Amino acid sequence: MTTVLALRVAGLSWRVRPRAAAVTLGGLLLLGVLMALNMRIGDIQMSLAEVARATFDTASAGHFVIMDLRLPRALTGALVGAALALSGAIIQSIARNPLASPEILGVTTGASVAVVAGVVVSGSAYGGASGLLSTLGIPALALAGGLVGAMIVYTLAWRRGLDGYRLVLVGIGVAAVFTNVKFWLLTIGDVNDTSRAMVWISGSLNGRGWEHVRPVGVALAVLIPLALLGARSLDALRFGDDTITGLGVRMNLSRALLILAAVLLAAVATASAGPIAFVALAAPQIALRLARCAQPPLLSSAVVGALLTTGADLIARTAFSPVELPVGIVTAVLGAPYLIHLIWRART
Amino acid sequence: MGATAVAPRSHTLRHRRLLLLTVLLGAVCVTVVLSVTVGSRPVPPADAWQALTAPAGTESHIIVRSLRVPRTVLGVLAGLALGVAGALMQGHTRNPLADPGLLGVTQGAAFAMVASIILLGAQSLLAYIWFGLAGALIASVGVFALGMVGGRGGPTPVTLALAGTAVSAFLYALTSAIVLLDEQAMDVFRFWQAGSIAARGPDVVWQVLPFVVAGLVLAMVNAPGLNALSLGEDVARGLGQRIGLTRGVGVAAVTLLTGAAVAACGSLAFVGLIVPHLARSLSGTDHRWLLPYSGLIGVALLLLADVIGRVVAPPGELEVGVVLALLGAPFFVALVRRRKPVRL
Repeated sequence: MTTVLALRVAGLSWRVRPRAAAVTLGGLLLLGVLMALNMRIGDIQMSLAEVARATFDTASAGHFVIMDLRLPRALTGALVGAALALSGAIIQSIARNPLASPEILGVTTGASVAVVAGVVVSGSAYGGASGLLSTLGIPALALAGGLVGAMIVYTLAWRRGLDGYRLVLVGIGVAAVFTNVKFWLLTIGDVNDTSRAMVWISGSLNGRGWEHVRPVGVALAVLIPLALLGARSLDALRFGDDTITGLGVRMNLSRALLILAAVLLAAVATASAGPIAFVALAAPQIALRLARCAQPPLLSSAVVGALLTTGADLIARTAFSPVELPVGIVTAVLGAPYLIHLIWRART
Repeated sequence: MGATAVAPRSHTLRHRRLLLLTVLLGAVCVTVVLSVTVGSRPVPPADAWQALTAPAGTESHIIVRSLRVPRTVLGVLAGLALGVAGALMQGHTRNPLADPGLLGVTQGAAFAMVASIILLGAQSLLAYIWFGLAGALIASVGVFALGMVGGRGGPTPVTLALAGTAVSAFLYALTSAIVLLDEQAMDVFRFWQAGSIAARGPDVVWQVLPFVVAGLVLAMVNAPGLNALSLGEDVARGLGQRIGLTRGVGVAAVTLLTGAAVAACGSLAFVGLIVPHLARSLSGTDHRWLLPYSGLIGVALLLLADVIGRVVAPPGELEVGVVLALLGAPFFVALVRRRKPVRL
């Protein structure tokens, strides 16, 4: 049995699991270290001491480089990872399925179709996705595509209430359509455009600035408290629908709000950095095993997601230097073996 | 399903199931005829029949014998393989999100093929099919071993599914990295990814045939055991099932079927994701009926989608995987909405 403490503030109470709290705090510390390591890398290599000085001393030579280039990139990575993982944790709890991820809500697949269509249709042999389209158009396309995708899934899955199982099945169907439209668009395009589209759909943190940090930061600031409020009903959602109603949880309302939060988190994250694969699926499962809970713990999942993305970015930039891999490729290379290790260890 | 409640009706139930099986077989025959006759150069059925029985060497006879028939046979094999493999996979993992590629088969095949292109300079489809098959086998054996030690006393559905997803994601990441660094591999990969049964030739059919046949036999052997397993592992053990053996046979069948299909036709694995749900709404959860239904529906859908892909965008063709998704998925969604889904 894991110990559970209660935190009571102004009539509301939360259950606090010491182990999950330790995972969260330890993870945050490690995250700080990884972000600092990540900020050392660039055209001018810095030592950790130089990174610290350049961050806090406004007069130092590296201040501009850190504040305008490296910090926003590192923050985008961490926040996007946290948002995706939180989104995944909510969806896995609602669908009661460890394989569920924002993909089945149509968010990431919808965003991918919109962006690939944009690149392939507008793209000439070179320069199609540069300039205005890449800075403004692609995030907007991704956001719109993600939200439309989620709306389609939700509308189709709604029938006198929302059934978790039906949501998953409808999600598979819609994702299949989106994915195959994407494949088809990739075959009709010019091979140069296809390569560029592939970089985006793999997820990349290259050249991310403050304009990418802000939307994800705002989304997390608003949606994390909302999700934590909803976490009380998430615990109930793992029981069957009849039990939930018996427990007095207003099922459809809380489910709809939580799904909305998950969709917004995934859509904003995807708009900033592309559909970084595997974070939303793996981070909640890793957090769940580290914290030894029955359900993916929300805050720990977010921290694990941020760690996974930041660590992956660090590897993506250094492994094949000077070639930089898209971060979405490395998240799986880093996260998959760790998840496998946890599954392996669980046998004892 | 209590035995007493069912006994008086079991006779009519059996009739209904046999009738449905006949209807599905009929649908398969119709799509086979369509697949041989329809295309950018239509061949009348009588002429096509003549091409098979008494070939005269005319242009349409050559088209039928060298293009249409291999393509149709490959469609039949792939449809059967993916439909049956999908039903097995969802049964063993008890997860509606499981597709036959879940054991890492699809991504194992993709990785091996792409790696063979850049490392060994494999040029023709015939050469890299073998790599695809080998990659599929290695990946799925690895996943099964992992799921085996992960669960206590045998792979549990959740560890199997998670291990498969993790390995698939890992291999997909490696494939993407190669493809991004090498444009020639990218060019092959994007067409493989879209999935097609066109222009494969009779050699490919002969290459994959033994694997599909072996996989189908293992699948039917596996069906009663899988029925027992779906009552829960403890009950199955109580009924005298050897759980590790049943799972092993199931995984072997899925690997052979999916490996053969994806190596030859590209990533059509989502056929296996959707078809079993359609079949389950007709057959219920008895795998002895679910597996054949899934296979036949897989064939009919795959061939129908292929035929539509040939005529819908002249003078070119639309890949069968794309048509299938656009055609099958809305149908699937409508089905899910219309009635309460049959749960695994």
